Amino acid sequence: MAEAILSARGLTKRFGALEASRDVSLDLRAGEIHALIGPNGAGKSTLIAQLAGSLRPDAGEVRLAGRDVSALGVAARARLGLGRTFQVSALAMEDTVLQNAILGALGARGRAPSPFGRALARGRLRDTAEAALARVGLGECAGQRAGSLSHGQRRLLEIAVALTLAPRVFVMDEPMAGLDGEAALSLRALLDGLRHEAPILLVEHDMDAVFALADRISVLVEGAIIATGTVAEIRADPAVRRAYLGEEG
Amino acid sequence: MTLLLLAEQVLNGLQFGVMLFLMSAGLTLVFGVMGLINLAHGSLYMIGAFAAAAVAAATGSFLLALAAALAAAAAAGALVEVIVIRRLYDRDHLDQVLATFALILIFSEGTRWLFGSFPLYLDTPGWLSGPVALPGGIQYPAYRLALIVVGLAIAGGLGLLIAKTRLGIRIRAGEADREMTAALGIDIRRLYTVVFALGAGLAGLAGAMVGAIQSVQVGMGEPVLILAFVVIVIGGIGSIRGALIGALLVGLTDTLGGLFLPRLFALVMEPSAAASAGSALASMLIYILMAAVLIFRPTGLYGAEA
Amino acid sequence: MSREGWFNLALAGLLVAFPLAAQAMDEPFLVTLATRAVILALAGVGLNLALGLGGLVSLGHAAFFGIGGYAMGILASHAQGYTPLAEWPLLIEGTKSMPVIWLVAVATSGLAALAIGALSLRTSGVYFIMITLAFGQMFFYFAISWPAYGGEDGLSIYVRNGFPGVNTLVPLPFYGLCLAVLALALMLCWQIARSPFGLALNAARQSAKRAETVGLSPYRLRLAAFTLSGAITGLAGALHADLNRFVSPAMLSWQTSGEIIVFVILGGTARLFGPVAGAGVFVALEHLLGELSDFWHIWLGLLLLAVVLFARGGVVGLVCGERRHG
Repeated sequence: MAEAILSARGLTKRFGALEASRDVSLDLRAGEIHALIGPNGAGKSTLIAQLAGSLRPDAGEVRLAGRDVSALGVAARARLGLGRTFQVSALAMEDTVLQNAILGALGARGRAPSPFGRALARGRLRDTAEAALARVGLGECAGQRAGSLSHGQRRLLEIAVALTLAPRVFVMDEPMAGLDGEAALSLRALLDGLRHEAPILLVEHDMDAVFALADRISVLVEGAIIATGTVAEIRADPAVRRAYLGEEG
Repeated sequence: MTLLLLAEQVLNGLQFGVMLFLMSAGLTLVFGVMGLINLAHGSLYMIGAFAAAAVAAATGSFLLALAAALAAAAAAGALVEVIVIRRLYDRDHLDQVLATFALILIFSEGTRWLFGSFPLYLDTPGWLSGPVALPGGIQYPAYRLALIVVGLAIAGGLGLLIAKTRLGIRIRAGEADREMTAALGIDIRRLYTVVFALGAGLAGLAGAMVGAIQSVQVGMGEPVLILAFVVIVIGGIGSIRGALIGALLVGLTDTLGGLFLPRLFALVMEPSAAASAGSALASMLIYILMAAVLIFRPTGLYGAEA
Repeated sequence: MSREGWFNLALAGLLVAFPLAAQAMDEPFLVTLATRAVILALAGVGLNLALGLGGLVSLGHAAFFGIGGYAMGILASHAQGYTPLAEWPLLIEGTKSMPVIWLVAVATSGLAALAIGALSLRTSGVYFIMITLAFGQMFFYFAISWPAYGGEDGLSIYVRNGFPGVNTLVPLPFYGLCLAVLALALMLCWQIARSPFGLALNAARQSAKRAETVGLSPYRLRLAAFTLSGAITGLAGALHADLNRFVSPAMLSWQTSGEIIVFVILGGTARLFGPVAGAGVFVALEHLLGELSDFWHIWLGLLLLAVVLFARGGVVGLVCGERRHG
């Protein structure tokens, strides 16, 4: 079995009476696409936020590449190689597509930029950024403002920025949403190849894509993972069928 | 130092804190409900003081003067809300800061133009002019004692207003969810004007009441405004209870710091150096208090968790 | 060249030509007025770094302006009184040398900005505004209640401080010196806006989440920008005190903070030359309206209100149109 690069153990998070995460354990192994699915309100975003560091769990730990990162914030986890994309795009909307991508390349260097640093040259940062844009098919839009992109294109830009980080793992929140047929297919192909560079934790509503791409699937219901397994195992799992189809056990 | 002096200074601190609360309550309500930072709140304090001084000079009645302060400041608040402030709710904080800074310039210079640059004096009413004897042999000015009582009564009334009345329910609803409140058929524009005028009235009342123990002059509002900001940062934005606790903390810290620090320094320094170092440090004490709160609770004592 | 480029060039030309013309017409007062505008512009350039690029609405920049001013006042007053600043643990003498004074002003105001920033940047939005305002007020009250350097009355020096090779007592050379400092500060800001740091800071302003997600700490970026911003404004304070040969708590007052923001906004936020245009307009208005009416602040207030409500790009925005992005 491949080693776990990102793993969660016993994550629990309460919001008042609501238990948004209940003792969640999860592994993301080298080379895999691990899909996280579940009905709306199941707690997928809460779980991702705890993995990425923007939400502190009440209990449990997160390990990244063998290191306990539970106490670290978003920026520190990103520097350790966690590349995240958002469901609702978080981009520098006034900046150009290229500038957004350069920002990622900049962060990846792990050293905080200094006010007295040199002006942005056509150097490595820019090469990395342009290569990432080309990979997601945004090469043509480099000079456009991020705010002028369509919602689907913004998702692609999010992925490009994550690519410039050269991360150890990807955590993607609904990257397919808002993409039409052809774009969705080319993104699917991109993700398919990407898993060999770094494993992907994929939250996605597009079930066609999930079943086509995922090596393993975890099903989250009411804050708890009720099943984890291959596509075939999940399809056959009685707990999953009960949760989704209301079938009697 | 005698216990009597200490008791008197504690009362002074309370009185200062209670007046700060009247300023802070309006600010924190306006921020909590409308999301607006209003630098011109100090101008409303000044307007209340000037209105009171003018009416007291004309009629000789202190109660009429207070009523005038409340009315003038609330009216000015409502007017300003309708003409300017209303356009700022959807703007960013920078625009709010600038526009309300502009309002300060207009109000201050306008008042100087109307009343001149010399301070006015507002006398405490005759029936409150002497000292009263408190238990324990403390002699304390009746007027200052009245300020504490009135201020605390208003604090209690405001608490009841927000907890129990229909207006209070609407204010809390507006704080929680502006769109939903509007969707439920509440006239949100009118609610905002009312809340703003209410905060303005409280500030004006505070200005008039304090005006009787200090002088009434242009620029009197801004130092109090900034202290009210300190109060809100300590108490937590949007929280009336936080504003009360913060105001009392600031009032007591400032008053007692001014009393104790020079004496404390005198233990280790020569008297004149101790006096100057002590008073200089005392002037910074409430900001140090604020910094300490920021380190441990960045959203204030009663503020919502970020 | 873009329209804004031409505008900046014209403004730079005006900064050179105006005082020369004033000198030629034997109007030294106008040279002094222009010096004041240039120094205030420098204070605005400092704030613009935090406000324009970083989105940090600081209402406490008077603290840095005043600290710079007092750095000049304290050093120069010790020098003119032949009394050392400190004798223990090491002997520190006062000085009348501008370069030394500037260095001290930059260091002390930068340090103050670092401390205030470290605390205030734990919060954001309206808290940040209120806290910076409050800390500014703290320095104001401290200056008033600390009697050693004049307290409420402030501190005068007899003769303007010196700069090697420049006769600072004559208005025009002193103006040239201030203009050179402003030019250096503008170049620094121009450089920063194009640097990786500027890109990151600007991105953190638009989306803190974005900066964090790529591993950049918005807090550190902002703290660096705030510190530098305070240091530049502090340098302006030292020059301003030297211009008037006087420093008082008024430099530390909240009105000063408000006015520095006004320079930036009146000119146009996040524009390189915005504070220059803004300070120029401010000083011109102060002079012209001040002659017409004792209550010129009313007109300034109305103008400011109009700019905020109706002309959000400021002077540069009016002349050059919407800000270009990217």
